[in-house]
Amino acid sequence: MTRTPFILRTPSTLIVLAVLAVFTITVTLLSAAYGTGAIPTSMVKTLGMTLCLALAAVAMDLVWGYLGILSLGQMAFFALGGYMIGQWLMYARTEGIVAASLSGNPIPFTPQELRDGVTNQIFGVVGSAELPMVWGFAHSLTLQLILVVAVPGLLALVFGWLAFRSRVNGVYLSILTQAMTLALALWLFQNDSGFRGNNGLSGLQNLPGLDHVGQARLSVWFLWASALALGLFYVIAAWLVSGKFGSVTRAIRDDETRVRFLGYPVEGFKLVVFTLAAMITAIAGALYYPQAGIINPAEMMPIASIYLAVWVAIGGRGRLYGAVIGAFVVSLLSTWFTGGRAPSINLPGYVVNWVDWWQVALGLSFVLVTLYAPKGIAGIFDLIGRKGDRA
Amino acid sequence: MTRLGRVLPLLAALLMPICAQANPALEAVIADNLEGLERPSRLTVEPLVAQIAATGPEGLALLQAWSERQLGLTEDGRAVIIGDDDAATDAVTGQPVPEADPQMLRPNSGVRGVIESALVAGALNDPDPSRRRAALDSLARGGSFEQLTALRAALDDPDPTLAARKARLERLLTIQVGENSEARVTAIEDLAGDVSLDFRAALNPLLVTRRVVATEEPQGNVAREISIDGDDLPREAAIALLVSEGVLEPRLTSAEQRAALAANLSDGRVGGVPVADLSDPDARDRAYEALEDAGTVPPAATEAEVQAALDAHRVYELYAEPDPAVTEAARAAQIRAQVRLGAMQGIDLGLDALSLASIYFLAAIGLAVTFGVMRVINMAHGEFIMMGAYTGYTVQTLIADRTLSLVVALPLAFAVTFGAGVVLYRLVIRHLAHRPLETLLATFGVSIALQQLAKNIFGTQARPLTAPAWLEGSITINDVISISSIRVAIFVLALLFLGLFLFIMKRTRLGLEVRAVTQNPGMAASMGINPDRIAMMTFGLGSGIAGIAGVAIGLFAQVTSEIGQQYIVQSFMTVVVGGVGNIWGTLAGATLIGGLSKVIESFNPGNTLAAQTFMILFIIIFIQFRPRGIIPQKGRAAEA
Amino acid sequence: MTSALTLAHTAHAQEGEPIKIGVLHSLSGTMAISETTLKDTVLMLVEQQNAKGGVLGRPLEAVVVDPASDWPLFAEKARELLTVSEVDAIFGCWTSVSRKSVLPVIEELNGLLFYPVQYEGEESSKNVIYTGAAPNQQAIPAVDYMRDELGVESWALLGTDYVYPRTTNNILDAYLKDNGTAPEDIFVNYTPFGHSDWSRIVADVVALGAGGKKVGVVSTINGDANVGFYKELAAAGVSADDIPVMAFSVGEEELSGLDTADLVGHLAAWNYFQTAESDVNTAFIEEWKAFTGDEDRVTNDPMEATVIGFNAWVAAVEAAGTTDVDPVLDAIVGVEVPNLTGGTATVLPNHHITKPVLIGEIRDDGQFDIVSQTEPVPGDAWTDFLPESAVLEADWPGQSCGMFNTETETCVQVQSNY
Repeated sequence: MTRTPFILRTPSTLIVLAVLAVFTITVTLLSAAYGTGAIPTSMVKTLGMTLCLALAAVAMDLVWGYLGILSLGQMAFFALGGYMIGQWLMYARTEGIVAASLSGNPIPFTPQELRDGVTNQIFGVVGSAELPMVWGFAHSLTLQLILVVAVPGLLALVFGWLAFRSRVNGVYLSILTQAMTLALALWLFQNDSGFRGNNGLSGLQNLPGLDHVGQARLSVWFLWASALALGLFYVIAAWLVSGKFGSVTRAIRDDETRVRFLGYPVEGFKLVVFTLAAMITAIAGALYYPQAGIINPAEMMPIASIYLAVWVAIGGRGRLYGAVIGAFVVSLLSTWFTGGRAPSINLPGYVVNWVDWWQVALGLSFVLVTLYAPKGIAGIFDLIGRKGDRA
Repeated sequence: MTRLGRVLPLLAALLMPICAQANPALEAVIADNLEGLERPSRLTVEPLVAQIAATGPEGLALLQAWSERQLGLTEDGRAVIIGDDDAATDAVTGQPVPEADPQMLRPNSGVRGVIESALVAGALNDPDPSRRRAALDSLARGGSFEQLTALRAALDDPDPTLAARKARLERLLTIQVGENSEARVTAIEDLAGDVSLDFRAALNPLLVTRRVVATEEPQGNVAREISIDGDDLPREAAIALLVSEGVLEPRLTSAEQRAALAANLSDGRVGGVPVADLSDPDARDRAYEALEDAGTVPPAATEAEVQAALDAHRVYELYAEPDPAVTEAARAAQIRAQVRLGAMQGIDLGLDALSLASIYFLAAIGLAVTFGVMRVINMAHGEFIMMGAYTGYTVQTLIADRTLSLVVALPLAFAVTFGAGVVLYRLVIRHLAHRPLETLLATFGVSIALQQLAKNIFGTQARPLTAPAWLEGSITINDVISISSIRVAIFVLALLFLGLFLFIMKRTRLGLEVRAVTQNPGMAASMGINPDRIAMMTFGLGSGIAGIAGVAIGLFAQVTSEIGQQYIVQSFMTVVVGGVGNIWGTLAGATLIGGLSKVIESFNPGNTLAAQTFMILFIIIFIQFRPRGIIPQKGRAAEA
Repeated sequence: MTSALTLAHTAHAQEGEPIKIGVLHSLSGTMAISETTLKDTVLMLVEQQNAKGGVLGRPLEAVVVDPASDWPLFAEKARELLTVSEVDAIFGCWTSVSRKSVLPVIEELNGLLFYPVQYEGEESSKNVIYTGAAPNQQAIPAVDYMRDELGVESWALLGTDYVYPRTTNNILDAYLKDNGTAPEDIFVNYTPFGHSDWSRIVADVVALGAGGKKVGVVSTINGDANVGFYKELAAAGVSADDIPVMAFSVGEEELSGLDTADLVGHLAAWNYFQTAESDVNTAFIEEWKAFTGDEDRVTNDPMEATVIGFNAWVAAVEAAGTTDVDPVLDAIVGVEVPNLTGGTATVLPNHHITKPVLIGEIRDDGQFDIVSQTEPVPGDAWTDFLPESAVLEADWPGQSCGMFNTETETCVQVQSNY
């Protein structure tokens, strides 16, 4: 067996990377900050956020398409990543404001006064006087960045270990992941949870110390970061699933019992992929929310995770580029249809407003894809590819 | 009062000659108090009410009308009473006032309370039982010793229930305002052990205490002494109490310290400490001490002073009620009631839990059936519940009679959702056989489409679905144990479906076939059973029950397009916890989840949200130990 | 009918570029239930203004977007309105979290937002005009009414678990304790959005009666959850005479989802009721019914706040002679426009407005009997009843500061804390 480099064995990876590079460069050249301004900043943000969603979809595809676990709680990790980075963003920004305000006094402020001021600013709004324990590391970017992967990773590890060791699988597991994200969301919804309840963390788009840069440039920077993360993790994921590891996970997906009888530590494999995917999702979330500007517990309600599954299914699961396509197509279409700019259809006697009917169309198209095109949009590439083979 | 000036001469000119048997006193009171009648306030209306009441029977009739919002003021400042037949009579003369277009007076409920209280004494012997009942209601909200005396004089009543109420109220009022200590203690002892709300409401105010700081035992009815630094009064709280009582100077806050330092800034130094160092709290203390020594700032309370104040003072709890014999008896009665009260609260909690469990059971039963037979989760199940609820709403808009509409709505909801279930099965689920995860997702697509469709049709506003009159109100055992009738009805409905379901499964051909397909579809098919038809029937049945559950839920909660989402996760939990393929499992799951939610909620009454989180966490952990649910499915199907 | 009107207006359309205003209300998702009404209100006002000849001789054009009850989407759509559609003012938001989401964008791009819903206060942005009630314009007078007029001594503060009920209840808690209510006479409970199982909580409230004091409920329960709450209350046989319920979030719209027969006598506190007796209100209700083509459509408090905000903006633009945000903001403070209850609303230096407080008793037709009405109360951005906020004030024309500490005489921050 000759060992061709991994990247050459998977031309799809090369294509995805190329498309991603072209996309990023095009958007940059059309952005307001670094180019013609044909794409407004709000659109740059939308595209940057879509890249993050695509990354989350890639992680979802790892778990579902390659491992066969339909996790309906992926967005819990996504939002947790956002919360972790959000804590630092909010704390550091507020610290700057408070320090500036306190400097007005001739007597220099004590660290305690600074902390009290920050607490009052962040939690005064939601009626709490003390900085919750969970904000203990919020002053340090490094620590919060570690937490971005550590907290969701640990949650996935503990949850996965508990679930896999008791052989919970199939729809049971799906429901259980859904319960997990619901429990977390309900917990965070409480005002006293330490994460500002329903108000969540806001103003995240203003990076501390970078006020002078302006959102036009920041949005492009975040687009680059998101594109880089997507490219990097896409390659890692593609490498992972192309080798022997990937073969084992697919075997687990198709018949778990047989793999177990062959002597593979099935639970171990599952746990590794599940935790890794959670961490990737969390990184996507940490890049997403500074662009969105606000995070609140509604982001991790079960419906969000189900949408993630929908994107992967429509894009075509079991192939990583399918996930990317699905995330892009569906989330951008959603933006367009709910933005009120899609033209209404005038039927005799009734006007179809897309704002009202988009959800119906999405739901039905989703049923149709599941029924008639189980390979999703990526299935089209198969057809093209096969024709190419014949030629 | 300019208006009055205009009105008075007019009144005098117009009314004086006409009304022979008028009540001039009442007339004068009305004329003097037009403003007070129009805009009464609970805080100030009492003298006016007393004045009117003192004018005689016409005055009392006016008060009665006023409290029932049947009193109006005409343009020319006359008070008219509007009777039940819409005929207006002058309040002063009793003469009919034709074509009166008075401005109706709408005293608020506080003012009405004052008026009713003034009418109590007279109304206790009123021939109209509803008036007597109203008077007792008013007395139940509190009374004076004079009213107690009046009540004692009016204890006889032709209506036995009212007579019993009067006797009881007499005891309760005696506790509150009885003539002497013995009478009150006797009244307390008469009722001791009773757990009803009115008795506790009479007792508890007697036991209200306040904290007093003193150097020696104070005068008055002392409940107990509280030790400082104990569980009831931590040191910090004690210091705060001493400060608020003014026996201890407040300690210097950091803001005050900072302000004092800033005020004494000179040459970049405060008290010899460079300003740049003052970001350190210790340096601030040093600077402040230096200022204290120099006498530029007043000395702050030191730790030693605080300790001395704490040592010098003791904290007592004093009863607001001065009579020790009464508080003693009240305390004894309260302790006697405590155990019974606890038990009854437990029973009430149990009823709540049972009610919630029956709702979850109804919502989950259809899900369990389809999951048991076909191994698929129907994510659109919640939307079938919603369809049922909207069916109930639609029927109610068409049929005005609520009982009849309910009778029509229940089977119709079943039929509609049965049909929807069959359609869903034929179009979607059948084509996804043996692909449970795909089914889950496809039905989710159906779910979001249906939800949005409902919004488009019925709007996003909650729709009313109202229970018939005989289901309104509640079944009350006593003041603690009570449950709303509608919840009892839902419980009965759940039992009914349990019975029906068991009957279908155990006694009918369909049930036999369903059980066969559940246990071994291949074998069943080779025995001539059409698994496809059976699956379709069970799916329809499960969906139909969801529709009925929708009507039931709509009766006590809100009918919106999101009603299904409210219950769907709980329904999943019920099925997962209970175990599939067995109705008893669903029952056990619903009971566990319903009971657990209520128990957790009662531990944490301030936050229902936390209770929900804890319940889900518990379920996740529970699954670890019984991954197949409380009653796991046995046989070959379990391995699939 | 509506389209005919529009046609008629375009017939004498004004010269010049249209002035664009943004409408940022959710038309789908959970909040659509409330917000769609406000979108329609703005559209009606725009149509009326155009019929009157527009503003500055230019026609108005409403740009409607749908943030779909998705909080990050609010920020995105706000940015789009300001940079792509280049609107001169935005009318929008309902929930606090949506406002907090939009705030940084509005402040960054120097936009102008009119926020029409009662909220928890503790905020004053340079770029927002708050036309809804601050706590001192709703909660405090309502509690005063319950204490003085209904004799309530024992309080149950029930709310949905989010920031508006939390802050309102914190303020009420401090206020009641300052006025001598013992801590054990205040019962607080929070429930999730859309809560439907109320039996336990209603039982807890009824049990408060054991204290021997008159019990009153202050409800900040939001939206649909009220339906189940009132149904359970009625089932428990709790009449308004026994335990009055004062609601801050239940208006005409919410009651239309209920059979109100059992709720007669319970209360709500707002700054407007449809039953307010004034000529402007009568005209407004008529126009609204004609505009929606629905005889049964009700009006409510946030609609009035939208009307006030719109008229104040028009007046300020006319006064400034331009639609640029800074001159309009300078001109709008002090602007006085009629409200719908027969008085006037003045825009204050803290960007709140003066509003009368109305207490209404629920009638069996789903409307309210107004039982109490105060003089216009100036909105207080920073409440006086919480120690940290008492020292703060907002004064935009004077100090150019939305969070000015009057003790230290310093501006705590110019931009808002989101």
